Amino acid sequence: MSAARLPLHRRLREYGLDSVTLLVIPGVLFVLALFFYPFLYGLMLSFQPKAGGWLANYTKFFSDPFLYDTIRITLVMAVPVTVLNVVLSVPVALRVRLMRHQRLLTTILVIPITLGTVMVAEGLLTYLGPRGWLNRTLLEFGLVDSPVRLVHNYWGVMLSLIITGFPFTFLLTLSYVTGIDPALEQAGAVLGARPRERFRRILLPLLAPGLAITLALAFVQAFTVFPSAILLGAPAGPTRVISVIAYQAAFEQYDYSLASAIAMLMAAVQLVIISLLLAARSLVFRGPASTGKG
Amino acid sequence: MAVVSRDFRELRLEQVSRDFGQLHALRDVTLTVQRGEFVALLGPSGCGKSTALNCIAGLLQVTGGAIWLDEQRLDALGPEDRGFGMVFQNYALFPHMTVRRNIGFGLVTQRRPKPEITRRVDEALALVRLETQAEKLPGQLSGGQQQRVAIARAIVVEPPLVLMDEPLSNLDAKLRLEMRAEIRRIHTMLGCSTIYVTHDQEEALSLADRILVMIEGQTRQIGTPEELYARPANADVAEFMGYRNLFSSPTEAADGGLTVSIGGARLVGTPVGAVGAFATVAIRPDDLRLTGDGPIAAMVEFAEYHGRDFYAVARMADGTELYFRSDARVAAGEAVRLRAAPSRVLVYAA
Repeated sequence: MSAARLPLHRRLREYGLDSVTLLVIPGVLFVLALFFYPFLYGLMLSFQPKAGGWLANYTKFFSDPFLYDTIRITLVMAVPVTVLNVVLSVPVALRVRLMRHQRLLTTILVIPITLGTVMVAEGLLTYLGPRGWLNRTLLEFGLVDSPVRLVHNYWGVMLSLIITGFPFTFLLTLSYVTGIDPALEQAGAVLGARPRERFRRILLPLLAPGLAITLALAFVQAFTVFPSAILLGAPAGPTRVISVIAYQAAFEQYDYSLASAIAMLMAAVQLVIISLLLAARSLVFRGPASTGKG
Repeated sequence: MAVVSRDFRELRLEQVSRDFGQLHALRDVTLTVQRGEFVALLGPSGCGKSTALNCIAGLLQVTGGAIWLDEQRLDALGPEDRGFGMVFQNYALFPHMTVRRNIGFGLVTQRRPKPEITRRVDEALALVRLETQAEKLPGQLSGGQQQRVAIARAIVVEPPLVLMDEPLSNLDAKLRLEMRAEIRRIHTMLGCSTIYVTHDQEEALSLADRILVMIEGQTRQIGTPEELYARPANADVAEFMGYRNLFSSPTEAADGGLTVSIGGARLVGTPVGAVGAFATVAIRPDDLRLTGDGPIAAMVEFAEYHGRDFYAVARMADGTELYFRSDARVAAGEAVRLRAAPSRVLVYAA
């Protein structure tokens, strides 16, 4: 005897499709209209250069060191900052996990995110500048002979990216760290593993997938740096990041087509890095960071 | 590397205390565990028994007292240096490691040679009958299998002492009975000492050589299962050991014991310790027997059928509630007469 056929809507529900699913439509439209359309529009635009064949923008980019070098400059900026932020976040999160006034600390750390990059940049300019407190103090105590240059160069942007990026990586890492059952570490300790070994053999493998995601998000944030590269960096030289030349192409040379091509290349670099991270992530264990039914 | 050796005579807790701020979770617990002995720490939840276990394991620092393994003082050592085996309530298996690597973890931290690790893990797998599951991840195992892995991981390092923290509480009733037998079997086979934390008196009675009953962070009685079952040292322990019927009563000396009165009915009881003019009387539901001429008259309020017998609640004329078991069928509304043997009516200082 064959099973009675269920009505269509019942069968669709088996696959998670019912009237509630329709609520997703406005969201989908929103994403299509505000992300996919502009993206595709930009992609098309990048193949319609002011002069030359359809690949002219890309040939121009890769033949002009002034342009293609920005990829290197941006990577030299973004990769160390990303790695540093995540590497700093792990030990801090491991400590904070055990703290009692966790919420107070996380609130303090979230403040830089809410301030925004421009405000942080302004603050750093006055604080770290040649006549700022830091340099005045260093000079006063005779620790340096002339002011240390910390703004309008690589280090200024680096510092600003740490200040605004760290809270973000920290909060993500904290949520991954607290997801690990503390009994696992205790079990490791009872079995003779010292803290370093417990970290390497228990915590790190369980954190790795989360850290890959954190690295990917933090990298995107750092790679698209713009305000602090302008305000705290040297946008004509060492911090000529890729978003700066995209801005210049669009709003100084009014070459939207070239600007679109640069934006597409920016996206491509990010995609490559994120793919590498996610590929690495698929090599490690991914699953709940606890076992048992307790 | 574990600094304690497997060959030991006894583990001693000397007035071990642990405070959490103002809270005294553990107060002056003294206990000696002989080699090969199975000791259960029994108590209601929140009584400090898990705290005691964590102090022995080194996962919690003691705030007073000392822990000795023969002549070696342990309480200043970290958990890494004590070399004990521990089975956690939620098993705490490493989710990213296969069963084999989970079990071998302790041997790897001891830097044992590879062939030895393989051999000993194989032995442990055979002991807990999981040979076919060696390459699976814990998440792919059932609760009972995870439990076995946790036990194998704890014993593979041949610890002098195995600590178990309510290991059966996450299993269903049938599996719990099976694993209980398994734990006993492994304990007997290995001859290590075991300290076993539980709130289930049946579990403690069936597994342990000796039971320490802990209430509010203090030792209330240490004894064999028989002693605890038949003759609790005080009313609190009696209550915890299943003496459901507890009454306050004036006492009168009588030949062969003490006369107490329960809801107006007079019973002869056995004093445990010094008893004054007023006392607490404890009777187990199984010791109240239905007899036509019993001194206690009561009305059954409701009866549960338990297969082998009935478990019933009855009320006396003055409102005193009684719990008893009966082989014969009893029904709500029935008038019954009950009796308890003088040796089974325990009288404690109030």
